[in-house]
Amino acid sequence: MARMKFVCDAERCIECNSCVTACKNEHEVPWGVNRRRVVTLNDGVPGERSISVACMHCSDAPCMAVCPVNCFYRTDEGVVLHDKDVCIGCGYCSYACPFGAPQFPASGTFGVRGKMDKCTFCAGGPEANGSQAEFEKYGRNRLAEGKLPACAEMCSTKALLGGDGDVVADIFRNRVVMRGKGAEAWGWGTAYGSRQAGQPPGGKS
Amino acid sequence: MKPRIIIVFLATGFAALGGCTEDPQTLESGVKVDTAAYQGTGYPFAAAGWKPGEKASWEQQLKTRTVNGQNEYTKVR
Repeated sequence: MARMKFVCDAERCIECNSCVTACKNEHEVPWGVNRRRVVTLNDGVPGERSISVACMHCSDAPCMAVCPVNCFYRTDEGVVLHDKDVCIGCGYCSYACPFGAPQFPASGTFGVRGKMDKCTFCAGGPEANGSQAEFEKYGRNRLAEGKLPACAEMCSTKALLGGDGDVVADIFRNRVVMRGKGAEAWGWGTAYGSRQAGQPPGGKS
Repeated sequence: MKPRIIIVFLATGFAALGGCTEDPQTLESGVKVDTAAYQGTGYPFAAAGWKPGEKASWEQQLKTRTVNGQNEYTKVR
């Protein structure tokens, strides 16, 4: 098995935030904390693009590199997880992460001490798989239930793909081959004409 | 009468303070060993089609689920 990866297809994401909602519901993430969020580029401009962003479970994770207490670990499937019992809430990982994935809840089990919280690829934490302790600290462990991350499975347009990197890459590659690229792709080009597709006002890219 | 009021007052106070507790936290260094996901949870909420403890069947289950759930091109052909 390859590493577990997320891929977000910007041609398909419609900024519905169902991935965000699915994540918050699945893990009972406290108010004000978003393990996943949708970022829109060129908002309001024809050709705007949205992508869903969370922890990307980097192969060479900068959060792991900078953590002073070494609370991070990586599973055999390439999922980057951390131990909240070890985390001191210093926030170095937040500075190091290029995606803004680390969150610092102000409520919940570890909220008052500011333990870091982030996407777990629905793989829980170091506590026993599926236990109440694991759920309270990290949310549900769907991988141990033979399921995939809730965000990817709930994505309404299947823009967000999550799973074995090889399989996800095959799905995405096949999709791009089938639909074409750039203005050839369905979406803006189909709806508004290919000359307008992906072009901001003035026609400059 | 007065001691009884004091006792009731203290008991109420301690009971109220009980709500200020938080879950125990253990100071530890290093990372605990995590159980592999293919070992399953032991609870009956797992997806069907694989056997907990068998890595190969778990991996195949995830691959099948990814293709069936996220690749609609396999459905339209």
